[in-house]
Amino acid sequence: MMEMVGSVQRLTYIGAAILFILSLRGLSAQESARRGNVYGTFGMVLAVAMTALAVLLGTGGEATPGSAALWLAAPIAIGAIIGSVLAARVAMTSMPELVAVLHSFVGAAAVLVGLANYLEPNRAPDPVHDVEIVVGVFIGAVTFTGSVVAFFKLRGTLGSRPLLLPGRHLANLAMLVACGVFGVAFLRAAPPEGLTPLLVITAIASLLGMHLVAAIGGGDMPVVVSLLNSYSGWAASAAGFMLSNDLLIITGALVGSSGAILSYIMCRAMNRSIWNVVFGGFGAAPAAGPSRAGVEAKPVQETTVEAVANLLSGAKSIIVVPGYGMAVAQAQHPVRDLTTILGERGAHVRYAIHPVAGRLPGHMNVLLAEANVPYDIVEEMDEINDDFSTTDVVLIIGANDIVNPSALSDPSSPIYGMPVLQAWKAGKVVMLKRSMSAGYAGVDNAICYNENTLMLFGDAKKTVSALVAALNSSR
Amino acid sequence: MRVGIPKEVAAGERRVSATPTTVAKLAKLGIEVLVQAGAGEGAEALDAQYMGVGATIAPDAEALYRDADLVLKVRPPQELSDGRHEVDLMKEGTRLLGFIWPGQNLPLVQRMAARQMTVLAMDAMPRITRAQSMDALSVFANIVGYRAVIEAAAQFGMFFPGQITAAGRVKPAQVMVIGAGVAGLAAIACARSLGAVVRAFDTRPSVREQIQSLGASFLTIELEESGEGGGGYAKEMSAEYIAAEQALIAANAKDVDVIISTAVVPGKPAPLLITSGAVVSMHRGSVIVDLAAEQGGNCALTERDKVVEKFGVKILGPTDLASRMARQASDLYAGAIYNVVADIFDTNKADVVLKLEDEIHRGIVVLDKGTLMWPPPTRPKPRSVAPPVEAKAPPPPPPPKPSAAGPIFVGAIAAALCAAGLFAHGDFLEHLTVFLLACVVGWHVVWNVTPALHTPLMSVTNAISGIILIGGVLLVGAAATGAFTALAAAAILLASINVAGGFLVTQRMLRMFRR
Repeated sequence: MMEMVGSVQRLTYIGAAILFILSLRGLSAQESARRGNVYGTFGMVLAVAMTALAVLLGTGGEATPGSAALWLAAPIAIGAIIGSVLAARVAMTSMPELVAVLHSFVGAAAVLVGLANYLEPNRAPDPVHDVEIVVGVFIGAVTFTGSVVAFFKLRGTLGSRPLLLPGRHLANLAMLVACGVFGVAFLRAAPPEGLTPLLVITAIASLLGMHLVAAIGGGDMPVVVSLLNSYSGWAASAAGFMLSNDLLIITGALVGSSGAILSYIMCRAMNRSIWNVVFGGFGAAPAAGPSRAGVEAKPVQETTVEAVANLLSGAKSIIVVPGYGMAVAQAQHPVRDLTTILGERGAHVRYAIHPVAGRLPGHMNVLLAEANVPYDIVEEMDEINDDFSTTDVVLIIGANDIVNPSALSDPSSPIYGMPVLQAWKAGKVVMLKRSMSAGYAGVDNAICYNENTLMLFGDAKKTVSALVAALNSSR
Repeated sequence: MRVGIPKEVAAGERRVSATPTTVAKLAKLGIEVLVQAGAGEGAEALDAQYMGVGATIAPDAEALYRDADLVLKVRPPQELSDGRHEVDLMKEGTRLLGFIWPGQNLPLVQRMAARQMTVLAMDAMPRITRAQSMDALSVFANIVGYRAVIEAAAQFGMFFPGQITAAGRVKPAQVMVIGAGVAGLAAIACARSLGAVVRAFDTRPSVREQIQSLGASFLTIELEESGEGGGGYAKEMSAEYIAAEQALIAANAKDVDVIISTAVVPGKPAPLLITSGAVVSMHRGSVIVDLAAEQGGNCALTERDKVVEKFGVKILGPTDLASRMARQASDLYAGAIYNVVADIFDTNKADVVLKLEDEIHRGIVVLDKGTLMWPPPTRPKPRSVAPPVEAKAPPPPPPPKPSAAGPIFVGAIAAALCAAGLFAHGDFLEHLTVFLLACVVGWHVVWNVTPALHTPLMSVTNAISGIILIGGVLLVGAAATGAFTALAAAAILLASINVAGGFLVTQRMLRMFRR
């Protein structure tokens, strides 16, 4: 009986693993994305059900099937309800926070699994296993606190500026070494006494996680989120090693490596190495030397809603460049209305999305999709960058660093070398902005001072709604 | 007072200094107008038309000059075909208004001084706002610039505008204009309106805006020397600067089809800007119109008043372009001349009265009753707002450096894994195999994700990483002591939130994407 359950379980795990792979595969293209999500859900249900079944059928020892079932069903049910409510309620603009906080749950769960595994009453001493526990707990704790800090940064509870303590690299190294030392102590201790070093390791790793993410500037948040995604995968994988469970190992590795790839893709989009992001404390705009002093003295051309409405109604080709400001102001619906009206009047309207626009990779696409913008007029940087020079009007809505010409022209700029949307090449640039404050990277933007740039100050949602009203009244 | 309009005697000159329109206006001022028979023929103005507005026709030059108090001319006075000089035909003390070029025509000025004449030079008109309506140089330069492009287009065996036709694609002609004075700007405007792509070079940074406003791109030299001379004209540049100009023009000559060159410095030979080498490098069939031919030419191979073909390039050195458009030129020139006359004519005294404190009068007067007044005292330079020297284009951003850390990191991990493999038991190696293979699969699966799906992908991987849930499940099954099971249950709870939240929110996002 047990033999057969074991075989079925293995087969089911293989099935679930394949479903997860198909799920990730599916999520890489629009057409197959929904199917991919269904595969993932199905694989998860399969895996959990099978594991629970095996556990219930195989419970010997002190746990009775009844009490075990209760211990399983209750937390799963409660967790599922909380998760569903969160998912249903979250505003699309708060998506980055949700993803970050969910990562922290995986990290916390990994820590708990590690601790529980160590406390498992009737396990045989095994040094390899102990190493796995240390590694699992360590990664889990880093993921947990790192995600929590990221969550608060994204919510704005913590400032976006990186926390740059003097000697922070040394501090990180010291914490790592300390974890190693306590790890050795843990391995040498007999089972119950090892708990203290293990908890100390958890504490140090938690501190490390906080410190690592605190040192990363706001502009790099998309990369951090996807990096934490990767960590959460590694944490699951480590748990798999602890528990000798192949499905956990496979799934964790899938998530870990795909998250790493995603981070790498993001970094490439910003022309930075991943090490630079992880340890760089970028985004501080190191006093921003000449670039800042050079442009700040110059005046900008302010304009009015009516003037922009006129400009837009005369334009044949228009590109909208949305940024985090659009997300903050929840302006995606008025923006959709605006582009729909302009499209109906015969203008060629498109959206240009920078790979790191917003606070989360693909953030803008999600918001535009929420507002029912057809995805085939939403273009990526490489597709559209050559078209700016033949475009009449570019409407920049709450974007800043991603349209900064200094990234190409000013070697002293902290964002020098990052590919940007070359909006300034268009006939006219209208920049909707709350104020003249700098972007998330803390760098002043030379595009504001260009001759062909008009500044329209105010809350993006109100401004765009006013534009829509002005266009409608001139119909 | 009687104004005389002679027939111009220079060979090929068809312009005239007054048209029936301006004669009518002169008559209104109370001025009697005498027109030499046939004076307006070249410009399509017949004697009968002049008579119709009240002019008297003088049968020949002799008759005209005998009776005229104020002579209005186009070209400086010169010898007639029969050897007599126009000046000698004029009566003592005649007033003369027209082009004089006193700098180049000193013997002529002396000759006129000997006859106690009062001579006013249209070419010496100060370049001030009030004098714009009297600026004959700009009148002709405008016409010359326009006509230069027309001549070039006539010689150029291709279209100026770009076209896509059923039989093939035509690229727009590439035109380079050297010197963006009035003629240069007119040439830019004309070439642009014919559909050519135009670039223009000038030594004066202040004309950049004017050039760009006409839709041409601006070429200049990054050398700390401005070509801004007095009165809106260019000044002569250093040898070093000229060499840099030649290099710039040679570099551009390679890919232009037409060069219109207009660079002249007042009172100096024209600078040599288009070297023979530059001509050789041009495509066969290209055209150069050298408007500085009269001052020696901007091109080394220009021959005055000729169309020559050198190295397959047609080089035009016309000096009579304004005259080729005699009707237009006379219309506008007569207008400018009339404005001058109206300015210097005192209706109360019914005569010309020069006020030397007046900047215009002081500027144009060459001789006052035989006394040499030229050149006028220099005035302060016009204020010009020169845009700042263009910053050098920065080098393109460097590509991201391949980091050495990556391979080192991977190597370190591989070494650690090998070490672990050597000392660990069989189970671990098996897990390690599975782990590494899964890493490779994950790596490949995600590579081609479209950026638009980054967020859903992240939330789905996030949900999937909730698989740690089964870790908790396994632990619950393993034992049932309070603290231990509570830890496992807490893990299950957290992971469940993750699983449910992750998949549902992904679903919600994906539903929103539509084509």
